[in-house]
Amino acid sequence: MNNKEKYDQAFIESFSVEADALNENLTYQSIAEWDSVGHMGLIAALEDAFDIMMDTEDIIEFGSYTIGIDIMKKYKVEI
Amino acid sequence: MSEEGDAGSITDWPTYGWSGPQKEKYFLSEMKRLTQLHRQACPAYDKIVGKIDFLSQDMISLETIPFIPVRLFKLQKLLSVSKEEIIKTMTSSGTSGQAVSQIFLDKQTSALQVKVLARIMADVIGSKRLPMLVIDCKATVSDRLRFSARTAGILGFSMFGRQVEYALDDDMTLNLERVEKFVSKHAGQPILVFGFTFMVWQHLVRTLEESGQKINLEGAILIHGGGWKKLISDAVDPQEYKERIKSVLNIKKVHNYYGMVEQTGSIFMECEYGHLHASAWSDVIIRDSRDFSVCKDGQTGLVQLLSVIPHSYPGHSILSEDIGRVLGRDDCPCQRKGTYFAIEGRLENAEIRGCSDTFNG
Repeated sequence: MNNKEKYDQAFIESFSVEADALNENLTYQSIAEWDSVGHMGLIAALEDAFDIMMDTEDIIEFGSYTIGIDIMKKYKVEI
Repeated sequence: MSEEGDAGSITDWPTYGWSGPQKEKYFLSEMKRLTQLHRQACPAYDKIVGKIDFLSQDMISLETIPFIPVRLFKLQKLLSVSKEEIIKTMTSSGTSGQAVSQIFLDKQTSALQVKVLARIMADVIGSKRLPMLVIDCKATVSDRLRFSARTAGILGFSMFGRQVEYALDDDMTLNLERVEKFVSKHAGQPILVFGFTFMVWQHLVRTLEESGQKINLEGAILIHGGGWKKLISDAVDPQEYKERIKSVLNIKKVHNYYGMVEQTGSIFMECEYGHLHASAWSDVIIRDSRDFSVCKDGQTGLVQLLSVIPHSYPGHSILSEDIGRVLGRDDCPCQRKGTYFAIEGRLENAEIRGCSDTFNG
């Protein structure tokens, strides 16, 4: 899997969403599954997938599918 | 609206850096702004505050900011935003049959909660996330339908952890094997241990004491909160709590925190000298339980809590049913500025009539 596929897979598995839901409209609290419980699940999935450890600050700022792509750059992960 | 901008700058405040006048300048103006905001946006709140007629005093000091009893959140649905803006409702963990508080969060308040909590936590554990052991069971966070104060607490603190492990099975029994595995995996590193005061006591400390077993969590930091009410029957005071934790878990850094679901985020953290500290985002005022006049420092009375976090409900200034006393201001030996205090129990268990000196009996 390339980075984009791994990134998408983390969302699909954490929130049980279809691939066509992965766009700028997918934001924190926009779907029932992406609540604070789902959020920590997503972070754990991304950390496992890319073998990184995110700062608390970035976990807080990780507010959407699109913002997340930018945050991943800080950890040298190009989506 | 300038609210977004104000909230943004609030989170840059120095956690424990302001002494008296400096703190009052920023904190009071935010308290005034919130009081006005909630009076305009929440008719029920405006009615209550209007009736008591606090504002004849014009909010010239923190002490003249109106406050409402925390019990009110159990009786009424108080919100300052439209229902559509609510993204989460939090409830207090009342026992069955008891009325629970309902707290309505919008995006802004929810974001402020996590940002302020992150700043307060960074002061205790540093900026790096630590391997985290939760003294609770996984089922507590899996049940999304009942978002209790316990769930909120565990989830809120999980942001500061990584490789989070749960010490208890779903039937609340200690899984010693799992804990040992976690401990050996992270040997030699600082670990964050988090749990509710009573859970840690009952399901970890007491369980280990009864079975004669020990766990070596040297180097770990234990953060616990949620209140001492359930420990009264065991007659454990904070000092003994710490000593017995040290003896079965070898944890030397133990920090209690005090806070209410009505003011999630701006918690009061205990320092290494055992004092609870207000941060830049919160404060306490001690009041006489008969006439609500302000007690002198050192005198015991009802605890009023102030927080700059609540924007979606009028919970920025609430009178709790806890009793406590201010220990000092700006001069704690730990170097943190601001008010520091102690909680001494609940009103229902206390025989206080008005402000009372601690050493007069």
